[in-house]
Amino acid sequence: MYTFSNRLKIASFILMAVGVLGIGIGFMTAPSTVEDAKAMVASHNDGHGDAHVVAQDHDASHYEHLLHQLQNKPWAALYVAALFFMMIALGTLAFYAIQRAAQAGWSPLLFRVMEGISAYLVPGGIIVFIILVLSVAHLNHLFVWMDPEVVANDALIQAKSGYLNGPFFLIRAAIFLAGWILYREYSRKLSLAQDESNDDSNFKLNFRISAGFLVFYLITESIMSWDWIMSVDPHWFSTLFGWYIFAGMFVTGITVIAMVTIYLKSKGYLKDVNNSHIHDLAKFMFGISIFWAYLWFSQFMLIWYANIPEEVTYFVTRIADYKVPFLGMLVLNFVFPLLLLMNSDFKRINWFVIMTGIVILVGHYMNVYVAIMPATVGDQWSIGIPEISSVLFFSGLFIFVVFRSLTKAPLQPKRNPFIEESKHFHY
Amino acid sequence: MASKVIHAFYDDDDVLMHAVKKVKAAKHHIEEIYCPFPVHGLDKAMGLAPTRLAITSFLYGCVGLVIAIAMMNYIMIEDWPQDIGGKPSFSFIENMPAFIPIMFELTVFFAAHLMVITFFLRSRLWPFKEAENPDVRTTDDHFLMEIEIHGNEQDLMDLLLDTGAVEINITEK
Repeated sequence: MYTFSNRLKIASFILMAVGVLGIGIGFMTAPSTVEDAKAMVASHNDGHGDAHVVAQDHDASHYEHLLHQLQNKPWAALYVAALFFMMIALGTLAFYAIQRAAQAGWSPLLFRVMEGISAYLVPGGIIVFIILVLSVAHLNHLFVWMDPEVVANDALIQAKSGYLNGPFFLIRAAIFLAGWILYREYSRKLSLAQDESNDDSNFKLNFRISAGFLVFYLITESIMSWDWIMSVDPHWFSTLFGWYIFAGMFVTGITVIAMVTIYLKSKGYLKDVNNSHIHDLAKFMFGISIFWAYLWFSQFMLIWYANIPEEVTYFVTRIADYKVPFLGMLVLNFVFPLLLLMNSDFKRINWFVIMTGIVILVGHYMNVYVAIMPATVGDQWSIGIPEISSVLFFSGLFIFVVFRSLTKAPLQPKRNPFIEESKHFHY
Repeated sequence: MASKVIHAFYDDDDVLMHAVKKVKAAKHHIEEIYCPFPVHGLDKAMGLAPTRLAITSFLYGCVGLVIAIAMMNYIMIEDWPQDIGGKPSFSFIENMPAFIPIMFELTVFFAAHLMVITFFLRSRLWPFKEAENPDVRTTDDHFLMEIEIHGNEQDLMDLLLDTGAVEINITEK
């Protein structure tokens, strides 16, 4: 049995406390009037020594827009971090379901780690859902299509309003989260029951529900990516967006599985996990990073080549206003994993996998960031107190939930039919 | 120089693997093993040095990438500037998205083909090459372990029979 070390527990509480504090400061310092917003931007410009004169010909609507962007900033920061950590748990759950459905022989030793990480789906998913409810309740303006004034003047959104409307949006979100959480809890229950049982019936049932879940997941994950991420730019659409978001959450999930496994091993748990298991996880990190880059590029190149204004605007705004995170994440998510994990031997070196994992996690946070921010805060983005605090808060919560869940059951499944194969797994 | 070698035949890859471990444990040098199909883990059991083929493959891939970049730059930008996708920038970097598939393909092409050619050269394989198998059965259902004899013929025979060899021959090489 794993015991949650006090040091880690305290660290997670500190992360959460600092995070809450920073998030609070972020909301408090957001401007409440147009004058505040003007002053903030003006002082920002002075700070950079720019010779910008705040132009008089800017009309009131421009400042109104600026105010909304600055008011959105702490919300968007919270939403990006909430989504990012929720998707780690969801990506892990997908990986777990694939192992179950494939009846993989190498991975059963890691099932409890995966179950522990996917435990975060419950609080993480509920937090994302609450943010979406608050958006529909007009407490923030993350989703421009929820604003009736905007819709009244926008024929394109009007045409989509049969799908993009508050109630249907929330119903979909509730169905998705309920389905994912239901599978997670049920599969976990069967997994624990298998330990105490004297036949393989729990294992077989788990196999069947996992295969069924994967069908449900692939459809709902795709719709989720349109709803929760793509719809912040309601005019823009991409048909492979679901896959692209999936690749991101999948690689972050696998990365966190590898990191938690290495952490637990360093504390003396998971004795039967050998470096071939780490090697396999690192191979997945390597392969799925390339898969993510492939999808990213497939999406980018078609839009870039065709140069249709309604599509290309998505990348034009990102290259104009977000050059560093937009291009930087390609380096972090593709070039680094490609070069660092190419060598077979490096995939077995724990600290190497951890370092590459950190790069991948930072890169994929930027991925979500660049997906959400341009539509919500425009060129007013920065990585400041609200962004960092949101990440700290959710990482604290994530660590607390995941490691508390790991203490609930023995880290090694006892009666999984493939456990012997997994123990003797070597490459 | 002609030397005497012992040929031990096995008819099962698991038996062969155990035999290799025993022979290695008895500190004999295994000259070669002929198999009808690749046996997983045999190279590690025999104590062979890891292959350096992957390193050559990486270098060939880099060569392919450089050639693709130089080629596309010459063809599409310098020699006959092309207006790509209605964006007449005539700059390599701004047109690079269009070249990435070619850069990728040539990287793979060079890495794959030159690696295979390197493998053939290193293994001394070429068209119409005479097979080196000492016994035709190694292309069908038998495994053959070849060990050089240094006056310890009887010891080796006993050891090999003990490991489950189905047939043992001694030949001049």
